Amino acid sequence: MGRITLDKVSKSFGDVEVIPPLDLTIEDGEFTVFVGPSGCGKSTLLRLIAGLEDITSGQIRIDSEDATNVPPAKRGLAMVFQSYALYPHMSVRKNIAFPMKMAGIDQAEQDKRIDAAAKALNLTDYLDRRPGQLSGGQRQRVAIGRAIVREPAAFLFDEPLSNLDAALRVGMRLEISELHERLKTTMIYVTHDQVEAMTMADKIVVLQAGVIEQVGSPLELYERPCNKFVAGFIGSPKMNFIEGKEAANLGATTIGIRPEHISISTTEGQWKGTVGVAEHLGSDTFLYIHADVSPNETMTVRVDGEFSARHGDTVYLTPRAERIHKFGADGLRIE
Amino acid sequence: MARSIAPRRKAINTLLAWSIGFLIFFPILWTILTSFKTEATAIANPPVFIGFDWTLENYQAVMERSNYGRFLWNSIVIAGGSTILGILIAIPAAWSMAFVPSKRTKDILLWMLSTKMLPAVGVLYPIYLLFIRMGLLDTKIGLMIVLMLINLPIIVWMLYTYFKEIPGEILEAARMDGATLREEVIYILTPMAIPGIASTLLLNVILAWNEAFWTLNLTAAKAAPLTAFIASYSSPEGLFYAKLSAASTMAIAPILILGWFSQKQLVSGLTFGAVK
Repeated sequence: MGRITLDKVSKSFGDVEVIPPLDLTIEDGEFTVFVGPSGCGKSTLLRLIAGLEDITSGQIRIDSEDATNVPPAKRGLAMVFQSYALYPHMSVRKNIAFPMKMAGIDQAEQDKRIDAAAKALNLTDYLDRRPGQLSGGQRQRVAIGRAIVREPAAFLFDEPLSNLDAALRVGMRLEISELHERLKTTMIYVTHDQVEAMTMADKIVVLQAGVIEQVGSPLELYERPCNKFVAGFIGSPKMNFIEGKEAANLGATTIGIRPEHISISTTEGQWKGTVGVAEHLGSDTFLYIHADVSPNETMTVRVDGEFSARHGDTVYLTPRAERIHKFGADGLRIE
Repeated sequence: MARSIAPRRKAINTLLAWSIGFLIFFPILWTILTSFKTEATAIANPPVFIGFDWTLENYQAVMERSNYGRFLWNSIVIAGGSTILGILIAIPAAWSMAFVPSKRTKDILLWMLSTKMLPAVGVLYPIYLLFIRMGLLDTKIGLMIVLMLINLPIIVWMLYTYFKEIPGEILEAARMDGATLREEVIYILTPMAIPGIASTLLLNVILAWNEAFWTLNLTAAKAAPLTAFIASYSSPEGLFYAKLSAASTMAIAPILILGWFSQKQLVSGLTFGAVK
């Protein structure tokens, strides 16, 4: 079991309040991603749940038991760190065995679990090596192996993939997702990468300056962002924002339209513009357009497949009316 | 241009280094040489360095006159004991300073070091009285405690620097893995800091071994270490340079040998953190 409840949890460092009181419930078995720009307090929040930082006020409950003053060792959570934090003086086998040794699990059971974890993570051939002799991806897998074997109530991941190169990152992302499908254990995953958040999460928690902006499934956040910040943060490429008359016509201060919800034509449409840059990926074409309605910012348009356009071409854009997001002067969504 | 200058500069640097090294080592060399001379040659002016009749009579005399083994044993117990005692106190102290620093940590470190700036003789009287009161005068345990306290600031400083180099996340990982504070220190921190701890131990043994002020003032017969053994040759019947040198050589030989075999460890330990 691993249901984690934060009840008016806050954190201050000295006089600086990094996390104002917040409430959050993470259901058992859920894959929850904390996402936000750097410095938004997402890692601090994770460390509060882990017990590595003391909370300033509020209560943390793990499976409805008060864990606020329980030391990290006794919370039954496992953590994977950004730097992997492997024990450099121990072999891979000993690294993975360490939490079991601390828990006093007998040797036969330890070996069984190590072998199972090594097999699942493709580490069988590396068990006798030291962490220093492994590649980044392998080290990451050892860190995950060390977390799995103790069968924790929940896994905590602190930006685990940010030290890997792009290709490995995608691979490890899939491995972690599959691990979650297999174990069905609660996982809390911190990242600043909204693609990781969208692809892995059951539930995304978007944070900014220590405040939860929105909680929801990836598609809820994509389709109904509750404010301008979430709208701009979730989705790639970013949502286009248009202010002024065009927004006022719809009774909003700002309207947002995602690049994939704009159709483009060389002959006719609602907004006129000229092509700044066209990126041809084969599968899609990304066009960065200087549009009359958005004089200060280039608009991004995503077209499925190939669309022939070059710098300076005149194009016409038409947003899909039902996909336009409206925001008020306070940045909040208008229905 | 650079090619023609480089070898010459290298040669000069090498020569300079060797000269300085020799200058530092010279008193020890002289002592060792003198210990093999007769008393007459030892006080010859100008001094003779090579062409003299080598003799072992000084060593014989020293061995006959005093019980070298007992002094040696006292030195080993006092230096070793104070070092072990010191490290047991310094590891937790350095741990807390390195990993859970407070606003005052830097001040405490400096304050600890400032005790080393006090002339030792300034506290001789109170410590002497304390020792009498507590029955510690001329005991090995008494000296162990005093030498431990004297060297503690240095041990804490050195360990603190080594511990600072260990990423905090690794210790946090141990905590998440269910390690108690004690297990964290025993299984993770100590093994990772072994090179640093080893060179700290070594340096402390050397410092304690060579410490003369307290060992001379707080011991008489029972707990006297090798420093007292040397000193006993400088007064009673006038100065006997050759015998004094023989006693000195015998006193420094063990630590010199220890230092020689562990110099690699010592050097890497002392420059730890300076070069990454």
